[in-house]
Amino acid sequence: MSAIRLEGVSKAYPRYQHFTRGLKQTLFHLPEVLRTLRAQQFLALQDVSVDIDHGETVGVVGANGSGKSTLLGLIAGVLQPQAGTVDVQGRIAPLLELGAGFHPELTGRENIVLNGVLLGLRRAEVVSRLEAIIEFSEMRASLDQPLRTYSSGMVARLGFAVAAHLDPDVLLIDEILAVGDEHFQAKCREKIADFRERGVTIVLVSHALGDILRLCHRVIWLERGRIRASGDPASIIEAYVAASLDPGHR
Amino acid sequence: MRQPSLAATSWSTDLLVVLTQKEIKVRYKSSWLGYAWSVANPLAFALVYFMAFGVFMRVQIPGYPYPLFLVVGLFPWQWVANSINMAPSTFVANATLIKRVRFPRAALVASSVLNDGLHFLVSLPVIVVLLLAYGFTPSWTWLAGVPLLILAQFMLIYGIALIVASLNLFFRDLERLTAIATSFLFFMTPIIYPFDNIPPRYQPLLRLNPLSSIIGAWQELFLAGTLDLGAVAIGYAWGAVFLVLGWLVYRALSPRFAELV
Repeated sequence: MSAIRLEGVSKAYPRYQHFTRGLKQTLFHLPEVLRTLRAQQFLALQDVSVDIDHGETVGVVGANGSGKSTLLGLIAGVLQPQAGTVDVQGRIAPLLELGAGFHPELTGRENIVLNGVLLGLRRAEVVSRLEAIIEFSEMRASLDQPLRTYSSGMVARLGFAVAAHLDPDVLLIDEILAVGDEHFQAKCREKIADFRERGVTIVLVSHALGDILRLCHRVIWLERGRIRASGDPASIIEAYVAASLDPGHR
Repeated sequence: MRQPSLAATSWSTDLLVVLTQKEIKVRYKSSWLGYAWSVANPLAFALVYFMAFGVFMRVQIPGYPYPLFLVVGLFPWQWVANSINMAPSTFVANATLIKRVRFPRAALVASSVLNDGLHFLVSLPVIVVLLLAYGFTPSWTWLAGVPLLILAQFMLIYGIALIVASLNLFFRDLERLTAIATSFLFFMTPIIYPFDNIPPRYQPLLRLNPLSSIIGAWQELFLAGTLDLGAVAIGYAWGAVFLVLGWLVYRALSPRFAELV
């Protein structure tokens, strides 16, 4: 049984600007709007099938707009596919944006509880892990200050500290290793390696190819919403880099 | 998903609790007069309407002092107006969360409506003080009436707010339209005038207003100390209708929220 299974998944976005231009515009041009809606779809993913085993760490590479974030959004369950099925086993920790759901007026401590519950923990679970989360964040001193007084690095640190204590079965990471200082980045990498050792299934989207090469068992290369290649990290990344540098390619 | 349904239910309760706590904390942190504001607003409007209609236009309410009549209608109305006016921005204000994290989005709307409901609840002592000041006494009927009406009103407002919040992601103009609709609804609800003052030929029309029976029930409970069970039943009927409607709209549209918000 695989941890993550996508079968024949397609995801299209209607060109919503035609839709959200306003009630009056939409109503007055309703037939036209409905007609253009289908024609104006943007295919973010096209017939993608992926099978990821329990405990596997899979990297996703591809140019901007190739569908990487859409893929993560589908696995995280925030997006629904038009066609195909998405099946994920276990608790997902979506590290798609550190501190998503934090409120600037609440203190660091209050945000930990809010975020922990939003990410799927029971309230009592968050409270029992509070000490460990605070310890990991190394931010005890500013913990009772409102979040708006934090720097963006501090927000990311707190967000990662919460996510690191979720006990996930599946970890989704979107470029988050690019935030924070060297010390924090090293800590993130260490924690991710730790998750990997413990058999957590990880999907990692990153332009930092070094991270992908070091962490991943397998790499998926997305191009214009389709899987161009999938397999051994070293050879895929080599091909991907060669293709990206090729001036005639795009 | 692996979670058994019982655990999921209690997690949903936790979610609702922390989100409502957030709403309350944010409200009090951004203004230290938080409680005073939630009371001052309906009181100020009561004063304005009393001056305009009671003093200048000399509206008479049979049986009750006009200011008192205004207050007992304006306080529950405040909950309606605040929650519905906030609804269009509920999902938009939580855009990153909706894009990144999977959780029942309806909890955002529920917590916002609950927050306003709690503020209504804690403003009840002000109504008591005003009643006493005018020589009225609160009745024991309140103990049954207040929770009964709060639940009916919550169902109704939550349903409406779900519809408005969901649709607003598709039609962003709805925010302006909502503000117009609530002020229209305000004057079409017997709050600054009693229902009996309406000419008989218009009365059926006002009965169609989902809010008129429940606001009327509040007025009767606070002023006369009696519970109009007919009005309560109509209130619950409207509550059920809008709860179902709201849930249907939300269920149909929520899979697309993350792409739109």
